Amino acid sequence: LDNARPANHGHTRSAIEAVWRIESPRLIAGLARITGDVGAAEELAQDALVIALEQWPVQGVPDGPGGPGAWLMATAKHRAIDLVRRRARYEQKLQEVGRDMETQAQAYGEPDVDAMDDHIGDDLLRLIFIACHPVLSTEARAALTLRLIGGLTTHEIARAFLVPEPTIAQRIVRAKRTLADKKVPFEIPAPGELAARLDSVLEVIYLVFNEGYSATSGEDWIRPELCAEAQRLGRLLAGLMPRQVEVHGLVALMELQASRIGARTGPADEPVLLADQDRLRWDRLLIRRGLAALERAEHLGVVPGPYAVQAEIAACHARAGSVKDTDWERIAALYVVLAHLTPSPVVELNRAVAVGMAYGPERGLEIADTLTDQPALAGYVQLPVVRGELLARLGRLDEASREFTRAAELTSNERERTLFRTRAAACAAPNTEES
Amino acid sequence: MRYMMLLSGTNPSTPPPPELFEAIMKLGGEATEAGVLLDTAGLLPSATGARVTLAGGKVTVTDGPFTESKELISYALYDVRSKEEAIEWASRFVKVHRDLWPGWEGETDIRQVMGPMGPENVG
Repeated sequence: LDNARPANHGHTRSAIEAVWRIESPRLIAGLARITGDVGAAEELAQDALVIALEQWPVQGVPDGPGGPGAWLMATAKHRAIDLVRRRARYEQKLQEVGRDMETQAQAYGEPDVDAMDDHIGDDLLRLIFIACHPVLSTEARAALTLRLIGGLTTHEIARAFLVPEPTIAQRIVRAKRTLADKKVPFEIPAPGELAARLDSVLEVIYLVFNEGYSATSGEDWIRPELCAEAQRLGRLLAGLMPRQVEVHGLVALMELQASRIGARTGPADEPVLLADQDRLRWDRLLIRRGLAALERAEHLGVVPGPYAVQAEIAACHARAGSVKDTDWERIAALYVVLAHLTPSPVVELNRAVAVGMAYGPERGLEIADTLTDQPALAGYVQLPVVRGELLARLGRLDEASREFTRAAELTSNERERTLFRTRAAACAAPNTEES
Repeated sequence: MRYMMLLSGTNPSTPPPPELFEAIMKLGGEATEAGVLLDTAGLLPSATGARVTLAGGKVTVTDGPFTESKELISYALYDVRSKEEAIEWASRFVKVHRDLWPGWEGETDIRQVMGPMGPENVG
């Protein structure tokens, strides 16, 4: 073919970047094991990348055993060993000179580089746990995770979160400094703190997902890509921690929610609510994957956590061909479980909707009415919307109209405001067929 | 972005060595663990398949085997960030064949899947 090119030449820069994205998490994880310092590990990995960018376009992408990944690893290892030796010499010098007799020089010794390949899974897991360490702010955790495990550039992270690039760069630098200053060890948390530390990891992944999922702007296609990024992170974690029910729960939740992405916006990029979505546009592959992840969670035979329960709820929608065919009784019961695990007025409000669908609007309204004086829901748009829907179904149209008017006042989204005003007007002046 | 990969090739007269299957499973495992391989499966020879054709307003059915020099061997569905990443994964699979099954020749077609995860959906 005229446009055929050798796989090892031409387009090399983008080819190298692709290799980098595939290999960098394992590379950084392995180097962090040697140096004990994530910041240094990333720099060493970057050094190897720079050498690759210089050499590969001339010499071709390495084609030996293990391919370009093994080459990057070997190159970075040599530099890591140099660094560790330099540090050891420095510590030794310090002791010899006796400037700081109290300093207990760490026994650096020779790094066990050959053991690196045997521990890739463990190292990756350590890297995830340190990037999501609770000493860092949630934003810093998200940026560092996308950088170190997702292999994204600062520029890409900035675009994804719609913040200026220097902000992200600074966030990452500070995060790495904090980890070094606080001497956060590069290790898998002890069993006693594992649950809390895992929560921190799951929170970061779901935050990344929601950052993409809640963006309704269709112009910015990188934001659905942010969902995909979170899904890949979740799948990676599920492979590393297959015994953790909440990891599978989160993966299931993300796959199931992402299955609706194509149906969540209409032709003019307007948001389409779950009830109005064309379910033929739901992604069957992601639904299948989500249900499979949920099954893995269930097979562990342990009590599910909030992610697994939310995934169960999402699965009820995914299995149903229509709103009418949905197992609302099961959803209502699952919201009871969820409210038990993570009590919140928002969960209660969702339960009100499910109960209203399962057992009639009156029962749903009973629950919703208990929430009207909840401070946490003051100004929450969905409260009057839910009450308005339930009141309308009960034929209490004047009250319903007032609720929709209230919702229109509360929302900051113009499209929603129009929608709620229309509903309010329709309730205030019911059409002649009904009167 | 999702990419469908279709691998086709011509088998040499020697049978595929067991190491090839091991290497393919290992690579597939790595891609799955990385969260990028969504689905994959091998395909039986076209002798067991069929082809439905519409030409000149006429629908015809042809039973396999087909006479093309290359047979479809497998499909794989990837979820990656760029075409280059898809190319890198495809190259790794082809190189495993090169290294472990002398005489094997083939190719992988890489096609982006339409959907909400790609730029083609914008606007």
